[in-house]
Amino acid sequence: MKRLVAAGVAGLAVVLAAACSSPSQAPSTGGPSAAPEARTLTVFAAASLTESFNALEKQFETDNPGVDVRLSYGGSSDLAQQIVNGAPADVFAAASDSTMKTVTDANLTAAAPTTFATNVLQIATAPGNPKAIAAFADLAKPDVKTVVCAPQVPCGAATTKVEQSTGVELKPVSEENDVKSVLSKVSTGNADAGLVYVTDVNAAKGQVQGVSFPESSAAKTDYPIAVVKNAPQADLAQKWVELVTGETGQKTLEAQGFGAA
Amino acid sequence: MSLDVDVRLDRESFSLQVAMAAAPGEVVAVLGPNGAGKSTLLGILSGLLRPDAGHVRVGDHTVTDVGAGVFVPAHRRGVGLLAQQALLFPHLTAEANVAFGPRAQGVPRREAEARARALLADVLPDVSGLPGRKPAQLSGGQQQRVALARAIAPEPDLLLLDEPLAALDVDAAPAMRSLLRRVIRDGKQTAVLVTHSALDALVLADRVVVLGRGRVVEQGPTREVLGRPRSAFTARIAGLDLVPGVHEAGALRASDGTVIAGRDGVSGEPIGAGDPAVAVFPPSAVAVFADEPHGSPRNVLPVRLASIEPRGDVVRLRAAPREGGPEWLDGLAADVTPAAVADLAAEPGSPLWFAVKATEVEIHPAG
Amino acid sequence: MTAAATTRARAPRKPDRHEQSVGLPWFVWIPAGLAFLLIALPVVGLLWKADWARMPELLLGDAALDALRLSLETAAISTLLCILLGGPLAVVLARGRLPGLRTLRSVVLLPLVLPPVVGGLALLFLLGRTGLVGRGLDLAFGITVPFTTAAVVLAQTFVALPFLVVSLEGALRTAGRRYEAVAATLGASPALTFRRVTIPLVLPGLASGAVLAFARCMGEFGATIAFAGSLQGTTRTLPLLVYLERETDAEGAVALSLLLVVVAIIVIVVGRPRGSEGLT
Repeated sequence: MKRLVAAGVAGLAVVLAAACSSPSQAPSTGGPSAAPEARTLTVFAAASLTESFNALEKQFETDNPGVDVRLSYGGSSDLAQQIVNGAPADVFAAASDSTMKTVTDANLTAAAPTTFATNVLQIATAPGNPKAIAAFADLAKPDVKTVVCAPQVPCGAATTKVEQSTGVELKPVSEENDVKSVLSKVSTGNADAGLVYVTDVNAAKGQVQGVSFPESSAAKTDYPIAVVKNAPQADLAQKWVELVTGETGQKTLEAQGFGAA
Repeated sequence: MSLDVDVRLDRESFSLQVAMAAAPGEVVAVLGPNGAGKSTLLGILSGLLRPDAGHVRVGDHTVTDVGAGVFVPAHRRGVGLLAQQALLFPHLTAEANVAFGPRAQGVPRREAEARARALLADVLPDVSGLPGRKPAQLSGGQQQRVALARAIAPEPDLLLLDEPLAALDVDAAPAMRSLLRRVIRDGKQTAVLVTHSALDALVLADRVVVLGRGRVVEQGPTREVLGRPRSAFTARIAGLDLVPGVHEAGALRASDGTVIAGRDGVSGEPIGAGDPAVAVFPPSAVAVFADEPHGSPRNVLPVRLASIEPRGDVVRLRAAPREGGPEWLDGLAADVTPAAVADLAAEPGSPLWFAVKATEVEIHPAG
Repeated sequence: MTAAATTRARAPRKPDRHEQSVGLPWFVWIPAGLAFLLIALPVVGLLWKADWARMPELLLGDAALDALRLSLETAAISTLLCILLGGPLAVVLARGRLPGLRTLRSVVLLPLVLPPVVGGLALLFLLGRTGLVGRGLDLAFGITVPFTTAAVVLAQTFVALPFLVVSLEGALRTAGRRYEAVAATLGASPALTFRRVTIPLVLPGLASGAVLAFARCMGEFGATIAFAGSLQGTTRTLPLLVYLERETDAEGAVALSLLLVVVAIIVIVVGRPRGSEGLT
């Protein structure tokens, strides 16, 4: 029986290893004669960076021929967990310092992270703003169904901070796990208002209407970026960080509604 | 209650057309091979099948009359059923099973339970604590006895018995058979017994209806029909060998000219020469040889071995005609000892000789 | 098979050490072992990752207790709904003579093959405030279903219903109509037969279906989060809390996951004796 278990474990390991072998390790298809060696840069980025980083990907691939940028978007904390558990990332761009901290605590960044952008909350309402929401305090009205992020995720933490600084206590009908869920509850008309990042409202392209409020500055969220320790493409990773923090990167981010670092 | 049935039911590959009757207190056996339509007939009687034409009357109660649009559902017919499997409700005790019918008829609980206990004591007198037992705690034979008690508890006008012994093992069947005889036949319970066993019919039934392919092949008093079968079909069912032909003095001439010597006049009916007749003999009277036997005065039939069927202490050899041989040889049976089979070293297809003494052969008038 | 044999087969059989089994070829053992490990090892992983010292603190927090209570309550109500609605549906599917019954059955099985989150979205588009029916409910009665505990129950019932229907329908088909025919020949009306014979006969199948449905309800995540949202004490069931906790507190998530595993094991153990065999 012992032998069987051992064989089973070994077999399972083989199966899993085969299934999980990382595509980023795949050899180049160009062969040795291809002039610039084909390389893949893997960037883990917070979902809110999707539009900006997609734009920067094209720029980067033009600047660095033969390089394929693979962007993996997700919730920051998910990505941080993945990196801690050995995911093959070269760069990590997070939507909060706390999620970046998961990675730095594990001593998995090559250098200290740099803040490259900030984001603030904005109220998202259905198009036309039927409940005429104009201020943060309107969200606490009893006839307004408000959806927010759960305090455990960065956008929810920011929400809590705004509540504290304004003294307005929200009674949300739901605390969602991420901004996209908040947006969908608003865009489908099931909620009257939601609190998301200004960049999310921009990215929603008219499905929701944004209402800015001055108290949002109380909870500015920093976006840190860092090269992952022992990155397979450390030099390219550094170049990506430079692109993001450089002029092109900053302009692209600004166009999406991000604030300067 | 009397029973009067005349029904027709058509299916794509099968049709049933049966007219039969039972006098009050009479037990009628319906005999036939698989696929003869026995279960279909029972379905029609019990109200689980609706015939295409005809009627079923139990006493003066018309339960099915297609022409008049009468169809009384099963639960209001007063027709009970004892099937091959006991089908005791597994979640109820033996007593609750037997009391089920009376309770469904509205008999008060205490009375129904008392009746159930009395019936159980009758069918299974020596099992202690029987009323409180669940079916799973009873043997197959015991279950079938409880099922019988359950079937008669509502005092049905007509009781249907669907191969009630077929699923029992050889030890349990004889006792159940005599119980049925006591409870059904001696108890003057009008019943229809479906079976493929001639023995069941002989023991339990007053009259026999032989079904073949949905038609009544033969019917009459049990001993008469089974003792002097008029068709090869009935003979096979009765477990007898039968050769059709015409009568000759002290013999029968088969269709191909073979003459089989036997005893005539046993039935008391006079037969004239040239009249249609059958020669009947039991398979146990047939001796089997690998080479043609000579000497003693016997009927010797050249056959080919079709099959070997173990039957308790004996082995039944089934014959088929040899190449070009007469058709009537098909299915003739010989019961021999296993040792004899070993001596013959025969396999299906082997040529054999069936021999039967003239004294064992009865010639009956046929048709 | 005789009724006796059926009942006996159900009783647990003690393994007899004298019994010489026919044996299984080696190539069955290896994938079977792998399959078992694939199920068992992740649970071992949870146990290994668990912070046992913090366990009481992690499991006795407000959020965890609220989620556990909510999960148990909603799963119980949903299971009851499954029995009350799915039971008769199974009877119709097993016994009914309707045209289009096969199509009906396929539709009933839909939640089994549909990703739960799709089911949640479908519910949202039906019962959401701007949904097909939800709009009318909102305008006529001022009722909005999403973000309520009722929405959690609806989502759970939606995904769990087929489990009950399938297992009960199987039990009904296995029980067959023979006992019902016998009851009829004993003079029992269809209603009495249903009550005294059919229902008791399929009780094990009903129980196993209910256990499966309850387990499915306890584990329900996708449809709930899409349709009901996530709010402590109202709509945040244990799986939703696990998913949220892991954002900040992996140990907390592991502790809650183990709680779910324990509940699942209790459910399986309680429901198994006759239950798992009744699943056909």
